[in-house]
Amino acid sequence: MPSTGDYTASELLAVMSSRLLEDGQIVFAGVGIPLLAATLAQGLHCPSLTILFEGGVIGPVIEPGKLPPSTNEQRCTIHANMVLGSTDVLLLLQRGYVDVGFMGGAQIDQHGNLNSSFIGDPARPKTRLPGTGGGNDIASLAQMIVAMKHEKRRFVENVDFVTSPGFLRGGNSRRDSGLPAGGMYRVVTDLGIFGFDDETKRMKILALHAGITVAQVQENTGFQLAAAPDMGVTEAPTDRELEFLRRLDPDRLYTA
Amino acid sequence: MMSPSYLDLRRRLTERDRSLREKVMSLTEAASLVKDGDTVGIGGSTLSRTPMAMIWALIRARRKTLTCARGITSSEGDWLLGSGACDRVVTSWFSQGIVWGISKVMRYYVESGAVRFDEWSHMAMGMRFKAGAMGVPFLPMRSMLGSDVMRQRPEAREMDCPFSGDRLLLVPALNPDVALIHVQRCDAYGNAQIDGLQFLDIDLAMAANRVILTTERIISNDQIRRAPDQTKIPFFAVEAVVEVPFGCAPHECSGAYEPVYEHMDYYTALVNNNPVDGMQEYLDRYVYGPASWVDYLNLLGLNALLDAARRGRSVSNA
Repeated sequence: MPSTGDYTASELLAVMSSRLLEDGQIVFAGVGIPLLAATLAQGLHCPSLTILFEGGVIGPVIEPGKLPPSTNEQRCTIHANMVLGSTDVLLLLQRGYVDVGFMGGAQIDQHGNLNSSFIGDPARPKTRLPGTGGGNDIASLAQMIVAMKHEKRRFVENVDFVTSPGFLRGGNSRRDSGLPAGGMYRVVTDLGIFGFDDETKRMKILALHAGITVAQVQENTGFQLAAAPDMGVTEAPTDRELEFLRRLDPDRLYTA
Repeated sequence: MMSPSYLDLRRRLTERDRSLREKVMSLTEAASLVKDGDTVGIGGSTLSRTPMAMIWALIRARRKTLTCARGITSSEGDWLLGSGACDRVVTSWFSQGIVWGISKVMRYYVESGAVRFDEWSHMAMGMRFKAGAMGVPFLPMRSMLGSDVMRQRPEAREMDCPFSGDRLLLVPALNPDVALIHVQRCDAYGNAQIDGLQFLDIDLAMAANRVILTTERIISNDQIRRAPDQTKIPFFAVEAVVEVPFGCAPHECSGAYEPVYEHMDYYTALVNNNPVDGMQEYLDRYVYGPASWVDYLNLLGLNALLDAARRGRSVSNA
């Protein structure tokens, strides 16, 4: 049953993206919403979901109320099956073990490229952002889900800098650049769920959250978005999902 | 950064005394092993097993023009930039931590052009240390291709595989002059045992020309020999052993203590509010001011440290 209570945009993101995960998958998750969503999926509908963390962790079970500040601290290793070097866990992506790469995003473009390095000209940046971390590796080597807030300044036609590759310039440009595997699968925002056209590799609307209109999405997007012919409406978060999330993040570290 | 030739690289190892010998010393003595202009590899990742006490000692020794390489860089990077010890950072990510937003210290020094920030993907950093550890000049990999991260790094080269024709990226070996690594325990010879996440540390140790170890505690060589499978860094890679309890504070050391979050909150608010004066205030009070590392820990406070230790030791209770 959809919840009748209130929830934050971050909670909506976590719930909607957790529903995209399937039991049995191996998911390489970043910190924040991805970590919460993967743990939510594991707790509610994917008991045999395996989470990987960049610090070098295989199959942990995050403890409610003990969220790690990044994917590199000892809290990430709770109940893990194995810990290994960071290079070795990233190489699992290259070897092909990972079903889904799951990240947050600061800025995305029409072809699903992500920027977390520079705002403005890289030679004289207006803002130097923290950089790729493992983001480039995950996006280069796995099928991706990205969860992020939907704002015009974050959804731009072309990112200033391609930190983590989506479909690059669209068409076959990703494959032709030496990235034959993976690519953007879904973008989950507080307005809806987005996919990519098979041919052009441009972003399109797959579903809207209840009460959101196409015009509203377009207003908050810096490029033209087409709606899929069978565009749907998502089911609002349930009390069960929200309760699980709030137990997991009681201090609202990632769901404020 | 000129890459030393292969024979030079080998000679730098053979010139060192690699015998099974004691090498316990103070932080100050260990700091004198690092020269201005050195490339320094830093162990741990983000808030974990950061060799904070050793970095603190290098800043107090007024080291200059260091190039600092780490998989992921956190507030120790701020210290190195703000103190003027480091003018080039080689890393995949640099900010205090995602919960504190973007480091204004990093932004101030990098955006003004005072410090160079060479960005590589995390796997590329790992492969560069791995190539260094293997004694080969590069390794091939399949990420960074097509991205602007690659375009910013002419040191990396694209090539088509001579066997399969696949497009690959070749990343050059990184052999730091010195690696700073903090571990839970080691013996007086430098046989080091690491609990929990290893990050890039083992490749980093073997890539470096020498390793300075800091350790929560020194154990006997007999204890090492009872569990040699736990030894992750061999003594002959190590040039110095310094016993520094709470040597990662305010960061964490797996199984021993978690981050001192209160202090991290205080620190990030101070420096992100004013990256120059705030940083100077912090360095004066916490780095240059204390008479010793123990005095630095006194400033963090016994309550805060015991709370961090209680949290760190109870992580495995779950």
